[in-house]
Amino acid sequence: MPEPPVILAKGTGAATAAGHAGTASGGPGGAKVFAPWNDPDAKPLVEFRSVTKLFGEVAAVDDLSLKIYPREFFALLGPSGCGKTTLMRMLAGFESPTHGEIWLDGKELTGTPPNRRPVNMMFQAYALFPHLSVADNIAFGLRRDGLPKGEVAERVEQMLALVQLHGLATRRPHQLSGGQRQRVALARSLAKRPKMLLLDEPLGALDKKLREQTQFELVSIQERLGTTFLIVTHDQDEAMTVADRIAVMDQGRLVQVAPPAQIYEYPTSRYVADFLGDVNLIEGRVAAMAAENARLTWCEGRPDFTCPANPDLKPGDTAWFGIRPEKVAIDKDMPPDRPGQNAVEGTVWDIGYVGNLSTYHVKLDDGQMVRAQVANRVHLARREISWEDRVWLSWGKDDGVLLAR
Amino acid sequence: MRGGGWGRRTLIAIPYAWLLVLFLAPFLIVLRISLSDFAISQPPYSPVLDLPACFGEADLPAAEGEAPDLLSCLGGWADQFWGLVEEWDFDNYIWLTQDNIYWLSYITSLEIAAVSTLLILLIGYPIAYGMARAPKAWQPTLLMLVILPFWTSFLIRVYAWISILKTEGLLNQFLQGIGLLDEPLVILGTNTAVYIGIVYSYLPFMVLPLYATLVKMDESLLEAAQDLGCTRFTAFWLVTIPLSIPGIVAGSMLVFIPAVGEFVVPDLLGGSETLMIGRTLWTEFFGNRDWPVASAVAIILLLVLVVPIVLFQRHQDRAQEAGR
Repeated sequence: MPEPPVILAKGTGAATAAGHAGTASGGPGGAKVFAPWNDPDAKPLVEFRSVTKLFGEVAAVDDLSLKIYPREFFALLGPSGCGKTTLMRMLAGFESPTHGEIWLDGKELTGTPPNRRPVNMMFQAYALFPHLSVADNIAFGLRRDGLPKGEVAERVEQMLALVQLHGLATRRPHQLSGGQRQRVALARSLAKRPKMLLLDEPLGALDKKLREQTQFELVSIQERLGTTFLIVTHDQDEAMTVADRIAVMDQGRLVQVAPPAQIYEYPTSRYVADFLGDVNLIEGRVAAMAAENARLTWCEGRPDFTCPANPDLKPGDTAWFGIRPEKVAIDKDMPPDRPGQNAVEGTVWDIGYVGNLSTYHVKLDDGQMVRAQVANRVHLARREISWEDRVWLSWGKDDGVLLAR
Repeated sequence: MRGGGWGRRTLIAIPYAWLLVLFLAPFLIVLRISLSDFAISQPPYSPVLDLPACFGEADLPAAEGEAPDLLSCLGGWADQFWGLVEEWDFDNYIWLTQDNIYWLSYITSLEIAAVSTLLILLIGYPIAYGMARAPKAWQPTLLMLVILPFWTSFLIRVYAWISILKTEGLLNQFLQGIGLLDEPLVILGTNTAVYIGIVYSYLPFMVLPLYATLVKMDESLLEAAQDLGCTRFTAFWLVTIPLSIPGIVAGSMLVFIPAVGEFVVPDLLGGSETLMIGRTLWTEFFGNRDWPVASAVAIILLLVLVVPIVLFQRHQDRAQEAGR
């Protein structure tokens, strides 16, 4: 495994990064960052210990261990059927593990029914009670706890304020828009002040604009309350935007658990590289492995690629070189030969235009396709590169990753 | 005018025409008979609205083909109509209040129907709930089993109960056979037998609407309730029951309304003590051949039932408005 530099949580998202750093260090300029997962003394809030869940013969969750820390915004990311929802439902108490233990705040949870677990869940389709008003929906859990009337009313007010739904307290769920329902569901699940909030595809039913806006609101609410959030999603953008750490799941197992930037820049497998964002993967054989850099033979008769080292590999192994399209530069002329610079020649096969970006699909001379993504800084009409042009693709020696699997 | 206007109106007109011909017209005829006097004649009441005579009389001036004559023809028809109205009287309705057999019949019918509805609800709800929660693959079979009794005539099924309930019937044979009873139970000819008959006959009408409501209920609502601190039972009480109210109301109406006017069950299974309005009506109509009084009984029964029907309608409207 390569030892990539530790990347701060949300290193790039300016607004959220400042907020998150603030919760841990007392100021955006603080030296300490919020990364309890790097602290061996930190006590996890939730711990899955070798949890397996079988449905018949099929393992929905397969011998999975995971720690989630207090105040963390943790995302379970994966395609449908990867076991992420089952994992969450086991935490909520709707499924019980076939093997293994789930610990929450120092207590083992197996056998505790959902109504006596200090976690609350926000359901995918919200599951608002259609026969109750917004206020009664939010108060539902509080009344079950036998809170005095005045306190219930006060808490409902707070929750309505938190999700900015003042004046809608007497409405019924069917009289609300999708976005408003989502807020009511959030308020209802937070009203009991759970130790942990579980969010099952919370934004899936919203349209794109509203979803993006709500993602930031979720983060800001999480920061204000300091509650630990666990979100299940199949939307990588959503996971990247909201989470402190992302766990990518595949077939009941965790493939990689890391902060968003690290998982994007340093995926440890082709699966993760491909699942999060777009990636060019080139198969080859390791020619040389040094402490910092490796050399990969990818095509007979062409210069080897210089790329970051991967201690899991030794010369002679089959490996994959992965590089994000936005890190590939495209030029009509051969770039100046610099040490460590990789350059390959090819023909422009197709150009994908999405307004702000253009993706050049370049066919290398051995037949492989490599994509290069460029921001459209000049007007489309003045674009230099066109179909069928001979071009050079180039990238630095540390811009990609070398993957063993 | 849009092109679809006529087609749509015709389509809407069909059910209205149906109701007009098969409900409103018979109702008006019954209403009119109830306002007539008993007479030893054929049919046994007078006066009779003699439609051919009306039109025959009206035809005469119309034959001269003049427009003013059409008016006079209509006038003649109206005169005859008002003549009839003048002859109408409410003696039959007054009679109903004087003999307490009628209002006792109404009260007993309402009571038996109400108690039966409650019993059917208590028995039908667990059945419908069990069906709705059963594995998806079983549900068509279970539904079929509920509907299966309809394959046999209602009358025959009620008759079958006689052989089960009579003193030397299957039930008593069984109970005596296992040594639980020395003396046979007298069930047939009592109100108990009527309750058994009604509960048995009308159970599917409660189960089906309840099942329809319960089966479409979102499972995640119950999970949400449990997540927020409910036990399984409180979740059922606070979520399942309130959300199945449309089904409870529909089922209760489907059971209560026909049960009030039930004739076959009390006639076959009940005794002389079972004074239900359906039987009284039958006796009045076929026993006494007093069509006007029988019609009055039927009209009052209709008025008694209109109240729950209107309440039901209002509930449906509200439920619809609530988008459920």
